[in-house]
Amino acid sequence: MAKLSLGEHTSQQFEQELEDIRNKVLTMGGMVEQQVADGLKALIESDGALGQTVATSDYKVNQLEVEIDEACTQIIALRQPAASDLRIIMAMIKTITDLERIGDEAEKLGNFSVELASVDRAPGYFTKLKHLGEQVRESLRGCLDALARQDTEQAMRVAMSDQLVNTEFEALMRQLITFMMEDPRSIKRVLQVMWCARALERIGDHTKNVCEYIIFMVKGKDIRHISLNEVEQVISSS
Amino acid sequence: MQQSVSLGREDILNSADQTQRIVIQRQEAAAEPEFAKTVGEITSRDPRMSMRDVDVFYGDKQAIHHVSLDIGSNEVIAMIGPSGCGKSTFLRCLNRMNDTIENCRVTGSIKLDDQDVYEKHRDVVSLRARVGMVFQKPNPFPKSIYDNVAYGPRIHGLAANKAELDEIVTTSLEKAGLWDEVKDRLDSPGTGLSGGQQQRLCIARTIAVSPEVILMDEPCSALDPIATAKIEELIDELRQNYTIVIVTHSMQQAARVSQRTAYFHLGYLVEVGKTSRIFTNPRHKLTEDYITGRFG
Repeated sequence: MAKLSLGEHTSQQFEQELEDIRNKVLTMGGMVEQQVADGLKALIESDGALGQTVATSDYKVNQLEVEIDEACTQIIALRQPAASDLRIIMAMIKTITDLERIGDEAEKLGNFSVELASVDRAPGYFTKLKHLGEQVRESLRGCLDALARQDTEQAMRVAMSDQLVNTEFEALMRQLITFMMEDPRSIKRVLQVMWCARALERIGDHTKNVCEYIIFMVKGKDIRHISLNEVEQVISSS
Repeated sequence: MQQSVSLGREDILNSADQTQRIVIQRQEAAAEPEFAKTVGEITSRDPRMSMRDVDVFYGDKQAIHHVSLDIGSNEVIAMIGPSGCGKSTFLRCLNRMNDTIENCRVTGSIKLDDQDVYEKHRDVVSLRARVGMVFQKPNPFPKSIYDNVAYGPRIHGLAANKAELDEIVTTSLEKAGLWDEVKDRLDSPGTGLSGGQQQRLCIARTIAVSPEVILMDEPCSALDPIATAKIEELIDELRQNYTIVIVTHSMQQAARVSQRTAYFHLGYLVEVGKTSRIFTNPRHKLTEDYITGRFG
């Protein structure tokens, strides 16, 4: 496991400021993870009330995003961070944007669950959706763990597993299309399920992005937009 | 028989000596700290100065430990590191300023355009014209602004007549970004200028003798932020024509003005590389600790 094993700053205050940002990002991650879990639960169990809570609680995540953003700006202006400190700040600024987007997608899940809870449920719609959701949740949990422990190997594993989420998503799409072809009256409902699947797939993408920031933060290597082979080379070269 | 025994004893003593020497050598090798080997690219594609295995001693104390480094043409290289790490000592080797210190001894090779700087019969005065120096505190001569700049060209016989000398003074002051501020008072004393202007006057004085390399030992530490910004801007312009080595305690300054950065620690060159890399992703932990403020 590769970690940033650094001593403490001479300036204790700077040390504290960085620590605060790290803690806040992890708190935000925890909140978003809970939102996704609740959103999914509301959807699968037709729990409209829970869905409503998810949809209305997104403001807390947004608030935290603004707070962390401001703290990072302050550090850049007042401390002029360099090297690993700079990478931490950059990675955190980018991470919270993706976390906030995950929050938005969870909010969508909440809203759809309210709508879907009021209509008849056809069996079969949700089995695969649940599977996809669980996979996405697993990735998000792994990603946040990797963030907390600065574990690049795990970040790498999670980033790679996004491919599975995509495959699952495509399979679900095909199934939903069949449903629509079989019974055009179901189109409206199936479309809503599709939007939910789409939201989950997007959560997977954002999770993958966060994993890439973790690798950048710890190793100083940018692995975005390059092939898997190149990624492995980059990771092993340091 | 007696003789052969005594020879044998000598042999044993010799070999004991040798063993001891080897042990001492090994101990010395073992005493090398982990950061003795420089991380990063010490060579340059187009080297103007080239140093190999440079050791500097003040009496018995070794201040620089086998530093090897190329300084490329038209590049600004910044030397950073905590106080007493040897960066200024190393800088002063480059134009033999250390010659003036009595018990200072320099070994290894220091070359300027493939010529040995420490060659026995090297004319140090002309060397220092080729490798100029700007110091921490502005130190203009107690002469007029004009004479401050004209001093070097005069003693080196660079101007055939007054018109040529005027030309050199004007160009040097222009290059140093000082001309507009002093053109109407070239006869007033250099010491009457502000700190930032004095430092630019010293830079003008240095470039008046057309050096190849300019060494700057914390040139902005006695200046305010505006004067500092002007000097930094000037350094960037001077890079077109000169090679610049700058020692600085301000890491932001090193980041702003240099293309390469060298990090010194306890007399060793720990890491050298592109400034953009050193400040975002240094390879050595000591470099990382220093530039992120984790020292001490």
